[in-house]
Amino acid sequence: MIGYILKRLGLALLVALAVSAIAFFLLRMSGDVAIAIAGEGARQEDIELVRRTYGLDRPLVVQYVEWLWNTLRGDFGTSIYFKTDVATLVFAKLPTTLLLGVLSLGFALLVSIPLGVLAAVYANSWIDRLALAIAVVGQALPNFFFALILVMLFSITLRWLPVSGSKTWANFIMPTIALGYYVAPAFMRLIRAGMIEVLSADYIRTARAKGLPTRKVIFKHALRNAVVPVVALTAVQLGFLLGGSVVIETIFALDGLGYLAYQSITFKDFPVMQVIVLMLSVLYVLLTLAADIANAWLDPRIRVA
Amino acid sequence: MANSSDIVLEIDGLSVDIRTAGGTLHAVRDISFSVKRGETLCLVGESGCGKSMTSLAIMDLLPKAATKSARRLAFAGEDLSRAGKSRINALRGNRMSMIFQEPMTALNPAYTIGNQLVEAYCLHKKASEAEARERAVFLLGKVGIANAAERLGQYPHQLSGGLRQRVMIAMALMCGPELLIADEPTTALDVTIQAQILRLLADLQQELGIAMVLITHDLGIVARIADRVAVMYAGQIVEEGPTTSLFNAPRHPYTQGLIECIPVPGRTEPGGRLGVIPGVVPSLVGEVRGCSFRDRCTKAQQACLDAPPVRETADGHRWRCILENAA
Repeated sequence: MIGYILKRLGLALLVALAVSAIAFFLLRMSGDVAIAIAGEGARQEDIELVRRTYGLDRPLVVQYVEWLWNTLRGDFGTSIYFKTDVATLVFAKLPTTLLLGVLSLGFALLVSIPLGVLAAVYANSWIDRLALAIAVVGQALPNFFFALILVMLFSITLRWLPVSGSKTWANFIMPTIALGYYVAPAFMRLIRAGMIEVLSADYIRTARAKGLPTRKVIFKHALRNAVVPVVALTAVQLGFLLGGSVVIETIFALDGLGYLAYQSITFKDFPVMQVIVLMLSVLYVLLTLAADIANAWLDPRIRVA
Repeated sequence: MANSSDIVLEIDGLSVDIRTAGGTLHAVRDISFSVKRGETLCLVGESGCGKSMTSLAIMDLLPKAATKSARRLAFAGEDLSRAGKSRINALRGNRMSMIFQEPMTALNPAYTIGNQLVEAYCLHKKASEAEARERAVFLLGKVGIANAAERLGQYPHQLSGGLRQRVMIAMALMCGPELLIADEPTTALDVTIQAQILRLLADLQQELGIAMVLITHDLGIVARIADRVAVMYAGQIVEEGPTTSLFNAPRHPYTQGLIECIPVPGRTEPGGRLGVIPGVVPSLVGEVRGCSFRDRCTKAQQACLDAPPVRETADGHRWRCILENAA
């Protein structure tokens, strides 16, 4: 098990490194950092000066290696727009986004596991159709549109929840629902399909032959096996959540990493963008690793691989 | 002579219908038999004759598309044909248990065999985990598994097919059942393992005085361990009787055909031809009239278009044919 984890960890680090390189080159291709620093409408000489001062005239590879070296030492650079240390900026916003991610994932699982299990146990009944309808709407509706519907309903008509901000827990309710509902359908469908397959397995018949109550047959013997692919999907969906948080945090002015990403793109704040991309990719890679480990724990047959 | 209280399983007029796209399939048609304490009844017949459906109907484990009906389906004198789900669950895995055909898939891959062994015992006997594990170790030893205590922590994928089937047998015996149904328990195993498992089952059944229903299509097995044999064909029991009587003097043309299909060392000539029953099993979808074997029977007559009478001899040998003795 330890060897398995170490192997996966090494692979995860390589992936994070590759992502950071790709992100660095793509961002540099998307615009000129020197222009961003010098400001719109700056004179050509000033731009050239900035370019030389910041070493932006050197080859991209050299700049990347330098950036990587600085980043690894904990020096994330300075924000062009906010004029502050990027590390301070990013780490101040990270908890909000992590909280939103965990809350929405929790919400998604809370909705999709019972719904998926019910849909499978009562396959092709009205319960199944209702669950399918909920899933289709969730997948078809763009999350920003659903977020706006929530705002109209709960903030404007009912006046129950604040429209925007990130001061209190009430600010997190609508973003959590909007973001959670965005990823829930994929979970629900996977759980339904997995449960239907597992429920017809021989070992379920064995469990029933032991006289176990239906509840135990479903939740102990069936769900444990149906949930294995769900854990792998969780990591992928967390990626979606992190990406989706850019849109949702912007809509609700939730002061997290997503909102900061939106601002840094708007203001062409390259150092901030670069660190956010790195941060999200490292997070994503670590989550995938966690999912792999959880999978190995859930399915003993994977452990040997 | 056994009295009625010794009858563990009593089935009268059991039918199983399966809804299919093409109509209702009458998988089991009005069968009746009973099994006494310490007795082994073998249910034989070719694939699709309704053997497995019969066993699943007894355990109330039929697939959703299947429905059963019976005049009486009694376990230890208690009619289960109208019993509620919780009553069935209280008996299943406790006083009646079942061993399935596929040991490779019948165990849950996500739990250790120890976990799966103790489950029923903890549930039905209200026993502690430790007591149940002790019982599990005892039974694993009894089914011939060495290092039983260590095996409890292993997962099914770490065991061979033969070991898994031994675990299944131990699992079925955990609560000390009065009735054991074994549905082709050796079909999926190597021939060498088959004999070991069968010997084990027969010995345990004798030792513990269990009533056993063994389902198989292997007549060689039947001849060795059955007290009585019921031959199924197209959802019906066409012949039933004590093993020696049935093998020495089979009455129904189908049983005779089946027995001619077995090679007997010393009697079957090398290079000689084994018996073959021509034709295929009739479709069981829709209404089935008359003798279902008539299309394949060499002695079929006009009268076979009507339902054949059930004949019986003094020693409890019954068969369903217009002929007194087809031989």
